[in-house]
Amino acid sequence: MTVKSLSRRNFIQASAAISGGFVLGFYMPQAIAAKIDSKPWTSPPQGVEVNAWLAIGADGTITIRVPHTEMGQGGLTSVALLIAEELHVEWDKVRAVFADPNRHLRNKNEYKIMSTHGSQLVALQHPHLMQAGASARERLKQAAAQTWGVPRSSIEARLGVLTAGNHKGNYADFASIAATVKLEKEPEIKKPSEWWLLGKGHQRLDISNKVDGSAQYAIDTRVPGMVYAAVKACPVPWGQLKSFNFDAIKARPGIITAIALRSVPGKRGQPDMQDAVAVVADSWYRAKTALDLLPIEWEFGESAKTSSSGYVSEGRKFFDVPGIVSGQANPKAAEIIANSKRVVTAEFDRPFETHARMEPINATVHVQKDRVDVWSPTQDQSVAIQLVAEQTGRDPKDVYAHTMFLGGGFGGNGAGGTGVTRQAAELSKQLGRPVKVLWTREEDLSQDKQRPLSMSRLSASIGERGLPEALTSRGLWYSMDGLNQFGPATADYGVFNMPYEIAHRHHERHNLKTHIPSSTHRAPGANQHGFFTEVFVDEMAKEGGWDPLEWRIEMTKGKADYQRVLNMLKAKSNFSTKLPKGEGMGVAVVHCHGTIAAACASVTVSRRGVLSVDKVVIVLDSGHVINPHAAKEQSEGSVCWELSHAWMGGLNLENGRFVNTNFNSYNLLRIDQMPVVETHFALSGGTKWGGLGEPAGPPVPPAVANAIFQATGKRIRSTPFRLQDLSWS
Amino acid sequence: MTLSLRVNNQSHIVDVEPETPLLWVIRDNIGLTGTKFGCGISQCGACTVHIDGQPTKSCVTPASFAVGKQITTIEGLSKNNKLHALQQAWIEVGVPQCGYCQSGQLMSAAALLEKSKNPTNSEIDSAMAGNLCRCGTYLRIREGIHRAAKMIST
Repeated sequence: MTVKSLSRRNFIQASAAISGGFVLGFYMPQAIAAKIDSKPWTSPPQGVEVNAWLAIGADGTITIRVPHTEMGQGGLTSVALLIAEELHVEWDKVRAVFADPNRHLRNKNEYKIMSTHGSQLVALQHPHLMQAGASARERLKQAAAQTWGVPRSSIEARLGVLTAGNHKGNYADFASIAATVKLEKEPEIKKPSEWWLLGKGHQRLDISNKVDGSAQYAIDTRVPGMVYAAVKACPVPWGQLKSFNFDAIKARPGIITAIALRSVPGKRGQPDMQDAVAVVADSWYRAKTALDLLPIEWEFGESAKTSSSGYVSEGRKFFDVPGIVSGQANPKAAEIIANSKRVVTAEFDRPFETHARMEPINATVHVQKDRVDVWSPTQDQSVAIQLVAEQTGRDPKDVYAHTMFLGGGFGGNGAGGTGVTRQAAELSKQLGRPVKVLWTREEDLSQDKQRPLSMSRLSASIGERGLPEALTSRGLWYSMDGLNQFGPATADYGVFNMPYEIAHRHHERHNLKTHIPSSTHRAPGANQHGFFTEVFVDEMAKEGGWDPLEWRIEMTKGKADYQRVLNMLKAKSNFSTKLPKGEGMGVAVVHCHGTIAAACASVTVSRRGVLSVDKVVIVLDSGHVINPHAAKEQSEGSVCWELSHAWMGGLNLENGRFVNTNFNSYNLLRIDQMPVVETHFALSGGTKWGGLGEPAGPPVPPAVANAIFQATGKRIRSTPFRLQDLSWS
Repeated sequence: MTLSLRVNNQSHIVDVEPETPLLWVIRDNIGLTGTKFGCGISQCGACTVHIDGQPTKSCVTPASFAVGKQITTIEGLSKNNKLHALQQAWIEVGVPQCGYCQSGQLMSAAALLEKSKNPTNSEIDSAMAGNLCRCGTYLRIREGIHRAAKMIST
């Protein structure tokens, strides 16, 4: 098919000198060295490996091996910073590559963990990452000490240079000896007060590759001899494939074959295979076009009777049915509310949402005699290896996963999001050649592991001073087969960990069944119950005659970290409830992944009900921040993420299948809807280490809903906002 | 059938159905993977390239339409080994996160700056509303465009 093709490298060289239609100025990059290669999983380290995490080149270049994935959250840069802090090297000399997941497996979890999720990288994993740098530094010192005949304690290691009295040498000079040094005792890692590199704003290492199209994502994988597959799973998840008529498409150009993929009876877990048809061709577009024309018969089964609206009406009935108690039971709470004269009750619901990362889900697998290679946009390389090994019947030690840049992850490309890897593995096994499977956007949205539809009813009695005496909640969510795979993280996080001092609290939950596979979705749990709880707080405050922000400050008295966050929010936002009609401000505070996040949203709503979210002020307490630049990026990103779903989103199920499966019907926030975001840190320091990749999101939807109430008098208890009538007169 | 396409001032002869979207010809036949697939229905802008200087969603543009025209992809945005002002501004502001949509963002922004030397926020919003970003880099995209406009004018 391709008559002429140039390799990428030749192409770029060949096209370097051309004249085009542009008359813009062009500029040399200012001191931006290539810190990483466009394919950092294939780059060999330069120089001597001191330990698994780093190698030192003769020219002083430090290659840091990053075991985590880079999905936009800045993990690549964070790991390099943590190690460079301890090693004490010039940041300009640091280059990062992705660590080898196969090596990790063969050497019994040499990199501790090769999975990236839960905003944990810095918060929970900084000790062992910093340890790797500290350990290498002390080994270098020991090597110099042995060579110079001086005690290790007399040696200073600074910016890649070792000195002791008149002795002086570069790290590179001692790297080989350091690699053999065994320390009697591992050094302790630095305290934040001793940092010299961390805590300052640093640009991400992968930036140059992301402005010239050279960063390689899994979708960009090209393997010699590779064929392409387009797949279609049953539109009603877990439905059965009855038949398809390959004859109808086999004469089309480039078509190689069509293969039935089958689920395994009894295997209905997140990453298990579902019934699907794969059309394989010499180009993806030919495969996809033929698949669209392929007659397929499905057995949809009982699930075809389900719908989002049906789930919501069924769910409401469960508000009156006792559920599973979350945390400590407190039967007194309901009793107090039943006997109170002043009660607030409200029912909330939020629809299914999907990850819709910009890179549609895909995987390339090459099964060979002695090895299997996999290129996939996974957040969890170890799981990718296991899945491929299982599907191909190979020893995991013979499976090589390549860590690619991810075009977004957001919790959807973890263990559960890698079912596509199975499809590619199965097809490559059957065809004996490398296969790239790429889902269409419609397949990606309808077959993703979704954020569950969730609902809650909250009730509270308002006592003296207008503050709540007792509060109950009964939440429910539709998770696949009613399983609670993610525990409170997805089921009721954001409600039972509310920070407010209420004398009697009691929380219950129902795990209701759906056939829709469920998964974590950036700030899981907190992104649903945080909304329910924090809108309800405003309802309680109003009933009690309180200013919403003062209510929150009052109700967290004695909790210094919340007080710090809320008072900073008050100072930075100029929160006011006295705005002209049509304008409003709203606040909310939600705890997730170890971090307290508070938001103040300012909105304008026209008389006809057109919403504009003008500004969001975020205040975060993650304890520490290693890179404020990245932290602000994640804050802005989280605001956009949550606002996308609360304002625009809503994945709608009808007849057991999702019906709005591309960006013309599943709406997401666009540039003209993005509010100005201001991010502030109210850090409590000490032993607290919270995550930053997700927490800024959950307080945003309730803050906006509360602002809409201030602007219009309309209480929003359901999302997306775009479906609500916000008009006022 | 064979088509002759001129991409970044290089000629390529490709053998595809003429209705094949330009996106797939650029990615799979010619091998330039900087241009991304996002939706296939002209809704996300990840596939934006220039055809005779006009920003175009390559996922819905038949390859045959581009015959005889100048196609520019992200790989052709920098000239003579010098970054385009927007690429430089993108680096200075720190625009990309996952980076997947950024080729399309940059191509749309470059076309905007060709038309409007000093665009206002609302001009930026209307020129860039066809480009989705799931990481939420919109504020930095605006800032990056303003910065690039300033670089070009000074």
